[in-house]
Amino acid sequence: MLRRIWAVVVKELRQLSRDRMTFGMIVMIPLVQLMLFGYAINTDARHLPAGLVNLSDSSYSRALVQAVEATQVVDFKRSYSSAAQAEAAITRGEVKAVLYLGADLDERLVRHPAFAGQAYFAEPVGQWLVDGSDTVVASTIRSLRQMPLDDIAGRVLKSNPPSFEVVQYFNPEQRSVVNIVPGLLGVILTMTMVMFTSAAIVREREQGNMEFLITTPVRPLELMLGKITPYVLVGFVQVTIILSAGHLLFDVPIRGGIDSIALAAMLFICASLTLGLVISTIAKTQLQSMQMTVFILLPSILLSGFMFPYEAMPAAAQWIAEALPATHFMRMSRAIVLRDAQVSDLQFDALWMIGFTCLGLLVASLRFSKRLD
Amino acid sequence: MNAAFAIETHGMTRAFGGVNAVENLDLAISKGTIYGFLGPNGCGKSTSIRMLTGLLSPTSGDIRVLGETLPGAEEKLRRRIGYMTQKFSLYDNLSVRENLEFVAQIYGLNRRASKLRIAELVTLYDLVGREKQMAGSMSGGQKQRLALAAATLHHPELLFLDEPTSAVDPENRREFWERLFDLCAQGTTILVSTHYMDEAERCHGLAILEKGIKRADGSPQQLMAAMGARVVEVSGDDLRTLKQSLLSDPNILSAAQIGSRLRVLVQSSIEDPLAWLSPQVAGRALTEVRPSLEDVFVTCTGGRAQLSPAILGHVVQGEAKHAT
Repeated sequence: MLRRIWAVVVKELRQLSRDRMTFGMIVMIPLVQLMLFGYAINTDARHLPAGLVNLSDSSYSRALVQAVEATQVVDFKRSYSSAAQAEAAITRGEVKAVLYLGADLDERLVRHPAFAGQAYFAEPVGQWLVDGSDTVVASTIRSLRQMPLDDIAGRVLKSNPPSFEVVQYFNPEQRSVVNIVPGLLGVILTMTMVMFTSAAIVREREQGNMEFLITTPVRPLELMLGKITPYVLVGFVQVTIILSAGHLLFDVPIRGGIDSIALAAMLFICASLTLGLVISTIAKTQLQSMQMTVFILLPSILLSGFMFPYEAMPAAAQWIAEALPATHFMRMSRAIVLRDAQVSDLQFDALWMIGFTCLGLLVASLRFSKRLD
Repeated sequence: MNAAFAIETHGMTRAFGGVNAVENLDLAISKGTIYGFLGPNGCGKSTSIRMLTGLLSPTSGDIRVLGETLPGAEEKLRRRIGYMTQKFSLYDNLSVRENLEFVAQIYGLNRRASKLRIAELVTLYDLVGREKQMAGSMSGGQKQRLALAAATLHHPELLFLDEPTSAVDPENRREFWERLFDLCAQGTTILVSTHYMDEAERCHGLAILEKGIKRADGSPQQLMAAMGARVVEVSGDDLRTLKQSLLSDPNILSAAQIGSRLRVLVQSSIEDPLAWLSPQVAGRALTEVRPSLEDVFVTCTGGRAQLSPAILGHVVQGEAKHAT
């Protein structure tokens, strides 16, 4: 039994070592994705192109515009002479938002608490017209609503103390890359692990190797275990690449022990590989197996908590997310990498992945028939 | 059940979507012989072999292979049978040695035994010096020898070869058949499917298959002796026109041109085929000749199976094109 599993392992490793393209992908996918997500994707919107309708043209209005630009949230690219023109510009997609300052700006400013020191007759000093179709843009502009006007008023207002003080643990600078790197671990492993094994059995069938293989004494479970084992190593290579590159390039801390993250990764790699094997026993061609991999990959990215918080999703979406190994790993990796949790703190997710792996292996072995009919 | 038979089937039938790919096939193949399935593509050769190796279950009928009943004893039989598939089924991106090592380990040979056996096979099948060559980069003949080495690595008692020489040149085919007779002499029973007449003629026993039905069964000599037609060769000019006019006569089973002669099969119900034929050939020369296996095939299948001359084995140049 062990000899036959070993035979399959050696065969797979030899084939893998000759497949330069796949070999390159193993290294390049994590690096490229890490760069993309780390540098390009940023949920804190900055320098949005904006327009200006300034009907007052007072020194105050110019100071106000400068103060708004100083926040770096918007860059004023254009000026328009009326609100109607500004609306048309937003429709054309020229700008994302327009600041409208009316002719009565100075009167409004004078009544504003920053100047008057009291808020009895206060009204907003200007208006933002926003392209609300992108919710990130809209909420970023909304954050300007409470922009302090102290600089324009030339004095510091003795404002009310905030209702709550917020202490941010684990990511005090609020850098999104800190949250993305451990999550990316889950996404990249899902992509590569499921993809590799989903093609594993189908490829043998397509290339005609299967007809010979099934006339030999190799048992389905032996074949499955032999196919998975080499890719566990591949998975660990990728985990190492992502975590060390994340640490070196983006200064992402690894607070929990290496042993904890290794154990969690091991569980997830095995779960993903068996998921791929199950796909491989269903798919008839390599193209089909790729399609099914994408079918698994998309919810793994969107529902697992990688992009949007799991807790904010409706119940039905949470059920689907619970069925995906990526969700459980996302929880574990963020907890271990960022919050110094131990695997023992995350027993539910760990046990779930062990169960998933065993079930997957069983299903794949049962579905894999040593027959052609 | 007779212990002298390696394969015995009764009424073996396999249907695909209501169409019988193999219909009521009765076989009794003696141990230690080479038995051939002869027929055109799609006649049920591969389907029969797949049923006999346990890869396909029969729709109906009884199968006994090496005394074991199929379906049911597949796993037990795996170590006792060898199977060389029609398409090369080893790994293109593994070397000769790596492929054989893989097969040896799958069959449970330990390191020592596997090393010895591989060295033996490499010598036997003329692969010395190619141990490190990738299987995918080898010629058709080399691939086929490697496949035979892999299929016989575990010393099977019964060997199935599905169109083993379709991608091989004539010289390599001769060599290959020598190896088969070596194996046979060591006691291996071999079942080989082919669409080449010259190959079929080498078999001890032979079944002619057409559309899943067995049309004839026996040794090549028996089949030729018992053929229900006589063979007359016509030589002369303008044989194409003559062929067309002869074929309109229902007593003429087939007429095929071979160089400057026309080989005509006449129903055996005609007493004297030479005298009967001479008024129809306008003074061309007539000779009665010994039947060949091709004539048997044409008679058995009533000339209905459209075999091209290349497939029938005369134009050997074209053969390699039928690789897959």
